[in-house]
Amino acid sequence: MSDFFASESFIKAMDILKTEFPLAIWETVYVTVLSTFFAIIIGLPLGVLLVAGEDGKIIKIPKSVLHVLNVIINLLRSVPFLILMIMVFPLTRLIVGTVVGTPATIVPLVIAAFPFVARLIEGSLREINPNIIETAQSMGASPVQIIVKVMLPESVPSLISNATIAITTILGYSAMSGIIGGGGLGKIAINYGYYRYQYLVMFFAVVFLILLVQIFQSIGTYLSVKCDKRLKNRK
Amino acid sequence: MIEIKNLTKTFNTAGGSVEALKNISLTIEDGDIYGIIGMSGAGKSTLVRSINMLERPTEGKIIIDGRDMGSLSESELRKERQNITMIFQGFNLLMQRNCLKNVCFPLELAGVKKSEAEKRAKELLELVGLGEKLKAYPAQLSGGQQQRVAIARALATHPKILLCDEATSALDPQTTQSILSLIRDIHDRLGITVIVITHQMSVVEQICTKVAILDNGSVAEVGAVSDVFSAPKSKAARALVYPDGFEQSAVSSENESVIRVVFNGANATKTPLIAKMAIEKGITASILSASTKSIGDKAYGNMLLGITGGKEQLDSALKYLREIPDIFAQEVTDNE
Repeated sequence: MSDFFASESFIKAMDILKTEFPLAIWETVYVTVLSTFFAIIIGLPLGVLLVAGEDGKIIKIPKSVLHVLNVIINLLRSVPFLILMIMVFPLTRLIVGTVVGTPATIVPLVIAAFPFVARLIEGSLREINPNIIETAQSMGASPVQIIVKVMLPESVPSLISNATIAITTILGYSAMSGIIGGGGLGKIAINYGYYRYQYLVMFFAVVFLILLVQIFQSIGTYLSVKCDKRLKNRK
Repeated sequence: MIEIKNLTKTFNTAGGSVEALKNISLTIEDGDIYGIIGMSGAGKSTLVRSINMLERPTEGKIIIDGRDMGSLSESELRKERQNITMIFQGFNLLMQRNCLKNVCFPLELAGVKKSEAEKRAKELLELVGLGEKLKAYPAQLSGGQQQRVAIARALATHPKILLCDEATSALDPQTTQSILSLIRDIHDRLGITVIVITHQMSVVEQICTKVAILDNGSVAEVGAVSDVFSAPKSKAARALVYPDGFEQSAVSSENESVIRVVFNGANATKTPLIAKMAIEKGITASILSASTKSIGDKAYGNMLLGITGGKEQLDSALKYLREIPDIFAQEVTDNE
């Protein structure tokens, strides 16, 4: 065992761990958080539209608009992420100015994640008891008030737990972006593990990815439970 | 005054169109506690939802204080809905808001300042007996308490009309009693018009002044509660007043008269009614059939008594029974 810790590959791996990992972890975290943020910015209104616009119950929008929206979301969700990253190169170049590097991976990540987020939000909002919406209508709530004061606040616990699912999924995607020049833990795992057979480095990268997922999930679960007023016996 | 004029509502479903309401006309005066009763599927909920246009009528009109509700624009209608509030079977409170914030909700919608809204909400929660529960969340309350919060919320915008859609159907008998007396109390105190939708006869008996019986989308019978209960004319009304349908077999022999006794919340459980009648008046009555129940110390339901001894005995029995408050007594004849 002492041989292993003295071995060349271990010393090298430890060296990379010290020099490259801090930045890689930071890159992974900020790409994931920023991408999730933008995906929610785009996905939230779409998710609301999918639920509130259905059969003109809350917002009256043409059926065809909803239909097109559904098709676009399904289309984007069916393209594998690796292919999507390459397909959106022109858009990435337009927004970021380059297609390689860490900031450049945010564009494909957001494009891949917002339809997913829209579906998650749709699911959260559908859980609301329709009678509560009817009650708000009976009290003279306008469509905007129903969305802002009833639908969203009532589904906060579910929205938080779905946002947690989104952020862990996006973390996985961000690791994949290492293949096309994105930074972060994914890049380290691919460059050292896959291209240079330094499996130990890849192993470290995976351990950190697992840790990040655990941290995000724990925070998300904690917040979701903490703010759910439906649970009895709270202080 | 609420005027429902020739209201018809047709739902187009996959299996064809369903006529939920057929040409309904009713007039509800200001200050009434008006019961609308019917079996499941009679169209009660659709009717009450038409009053505040949650359901748009297919034909006909709802006119409230001279304004045709169907002709209002969306924003006018939203404003009008602050005057016609509603409580529900399922309470429908916002689960992520505490009681105070729930009662503030309609005031928030109406654009009332936060401090004013909270002041009003506190008053209302005191009024419904929940002054101690301002910060409690609905999940921490019992069904009866949740309905009280819902009532406070419904009163927040100073409504003229309160619609109660099966408001006590999810509650146990005792809680039902307390909610009904709260509704009656609020009606007496604030003078608002109350419309009570229910399938429970006892609810109508206890708080309503007038009643309309809905049967299969049509009005079967309308009248003062005491009239409809003591002498139901329509088949639907009889089915509701006498759910066991025992009257057909009741009239047995020729020299026996039959009296129907309806207990309408009488303090009769502690009094041996039949025995007292025998001792004081010398009338012997046999119980042919009875379906009564006691809620608290009051009796509800009805009973059929067989009385032998001709017209004289019958009349004195009727006279005796009619002197007792909250009891209706009536001879049952063959042609009914």
